[in-house]
Amino acid sequence: MTANPSAAQTAVNAAAAASRAAEAASGTPAAVLHADPRFRELKHRFRWFVFPVTAIFLAWYLLYVLLCAYARDFMAHKVVGNVNVALVFGLGQFAATFLTAWVYSRYAARRLDPLSAELRAEAAK
Amino acid sequence: MTDHKTLTIALFTVFIVVTLAITVVAGRRTRSAADFYAGGRSFSPLQNGVAIGGDYMSAASFLGIAGILALSGYDGFLYSIGFLVAWIVALLLVAEPLRNSGRFTMADAISERLRSPQVRVAAGISTIVVSIFYLIAQMVGAASVISLLLGVSSDASRIWTIVAVGALMIFYVTVGGMKGTTWVQIVKAVLLMIGACVMTVWVLAKFHFNISDLLGAAAHQSGKGDGFLQPGLKYGATDGWSKLDLISLGIALVLGTAALPHILVRFYTVPDAKSARKSVNWAIAIIGTFYLMTLVIGFGAAALVGSKTIKTADPSGNTAATRLAEYLGGGPGTNGGAVMLAFIAAVAFATILAVVAGLTLASSSSFAHDLWAGVFRRGRTTDAGEVKVAKIAAIVIGGVAIALSVFARELNVAFLVALAFAIAASANLPAIVFSLFWKRFTKAGAVAGVFGGLVSAIVVVSLSPIVWGGASDTKPAVTLTAAQADKCGVDAKNKHVGNATALLSCTKVAPIPLENPGLISIPVGFICAAAGTILTSRRRTDADDQAFEELEVRALTGAGAH
Repeated sequence: MTANPSAAQTAVNAAAAASRAAEAASGTPAAVLHADPRFRELKHRFRWFVFPVTAIFLAWYLLYVLLCAYARDFMAHKVVGNVNVALVFGLGQFAATFLTAWVYSRYAARRLDPLSAELRAEAAK
Repeated sequence: MTDHKTLTIALFTVFIVVTLAITVVAGRRTRSAADFYAGGRSFSPLQNGVAIGGDYMSAASFLGIAGILALSGYDGFLYSIGFLVAWIVALLLVAEPLRNSGRFTMADAISERLRSPQVRVAAGISTIVVSIFYLIAQMVGAASVISLLLGVSSDASRIWTIVAVGALMIFYVTVGGMKGTTWVQIVKAVLLMIGACVMTVWVLAKFHFNISDLLGAAAHQSGKGDGFLQPGLKYGATDGWSKLDLISLGIALVLGTAALPHILVRFYTVPDAKSARKSVNWAIAIIGTFYLMTLVIGFGAAALVGSKTIKTADPSGNTAATRLAEYLGGGPGTNGGAVMLAFIAAVAFATILAVVAGLTLASSSSFAHDLWAGVFRRGRTTDAGEVKVAKIAAIVIGGVAIALSVFARELNVAFLVALAFAIAASANLPAIVFSLFWKRFTKAGAVAGVFGGLVSAIVVVSLSPIVWGGASDTKPAVTLTAAQADKCGVDAKNKHVGNATALLSCTKVAPIPLENPGLISIPVGFICAAAGTILTSRRRTDADDQAFEELEVRALTGAGAH
């Protein structure tokens, strides 16, 4: 992931210009935006992030539920004092939730919002 | 000595007066349909995040989870975790695209690209069914909780509690609309967080902030030893089916939240998708902190009050949190104990009212906007006309919920919360996710998914041990109390009853041993939606493709969003 969103935007600007020429022929404003390479990039960035991250996150949760159902001896193992694996794993679900929300928000602010705002502004014209 | 009942009623009254005043003020500022349905889309992310917390954290998740933790130990934590992690699905997949593509209701977002009255009707029906099930669970729960808190257990007091709670929620919704309801939820969430925070710090201080000591004391006082701190005392305790039931519950909780209509409409109350994202982040912070605190409260109740004392007061453990509050204040019979008990009881009351108001608003909005304006009048309505219908719908739906709750007041309806989550995950989620992300998705697929998920969830529950209580490997025979035996119409020595609170029969064995339908109904919902789509995919036109392109652009950029 590059930290600089404008670099990616410049990269697609050339292609955008080309598509703008073609857009006169096609119909609605939405169709024009949809054909814009910057929109394809936005869609790609969005899907590339949220689908795998949702899948990994749900797998982590499912692992926890399965362990609760089928690996009770493992979950009963004490880590420190009266704190056992089940409690640590449960708190791990909280940690994963907070972490995922934070990582996604950072990603969205850097890689999605600027591109999305740019396209929205153009559509409003 | 202060009588806690007088104080509790005084605090209830203060809460009611304050929220009614807020509602009236909010009502004066409600003019357009966008004001009534979506609070004018003018709430800040923080306000909406707090309100989401207020809408979501029900009495079931405060009193109920604390009770399960106090009686069955670790298994209460499974609920907390499911209720929290579900927000990631809402954050990543649903909140922002839904905010951009819909207008006032869940059905708006689903039927946006499919443009079909049938899809709107299906989504509207599902919205109303989920909300009414959830409402009944809250209202019947309210009746028993408030009876317990006030120490009155007559049948008449239960009925009057249900009627009073119903009348208040109808007032909040009809007078204050989304603005009034939101402020009630914000006030409730702040109260709930303050109450939970005070109790958590107090419990931890008693154990010198040593978590291990708290856990040890809880395990010891529960009389169940180390098993109290491990999964399995309540869920998945018997045969393989009960383990599947645990998984079924977990999946429904995590997939249901992002498809609960009364939660989804909250995303429309902020100006744009970015604000929707920020409000979910606030909600995650608040809800996560809250569920961490319930862990301390539940284990604290077991450690300090004792599981036995809690169980004697109420077999389901709903009074664990209030008993703990009383103990922390100085114990029964002391002024401090009475004050703390009254305060936490008032918080629980506020919790119930805010949740039922949100549910009534979501279902009446859907009735007016989806069924009446969208389908019956086919869009030939005015804003004012639609809002008027929504208010009438709130009164009718509220009235129906009151009647059903009075009718069901003696039944064990706690399962309805889990059922509402399961229906949301089975009927609504496939339609929402496929309509947002699947190009080939069709009207027939949406209708098939909604009805397939809805019907299968209800069918599985109606064949489950919740309805048929006969003893089996999954539900071993229980020792009946005289009252239970009387209710079931069997001899107290009868050894064929596995669930004495079964709705239809205590002795007939359930055909499907799952109490949570999600494991079956969620795949059925998704498969129906996919199959309906594939079977009708040849009927897709260029206009359909174009509608999806428009939706994608709107969902991702917010261009053209309401």
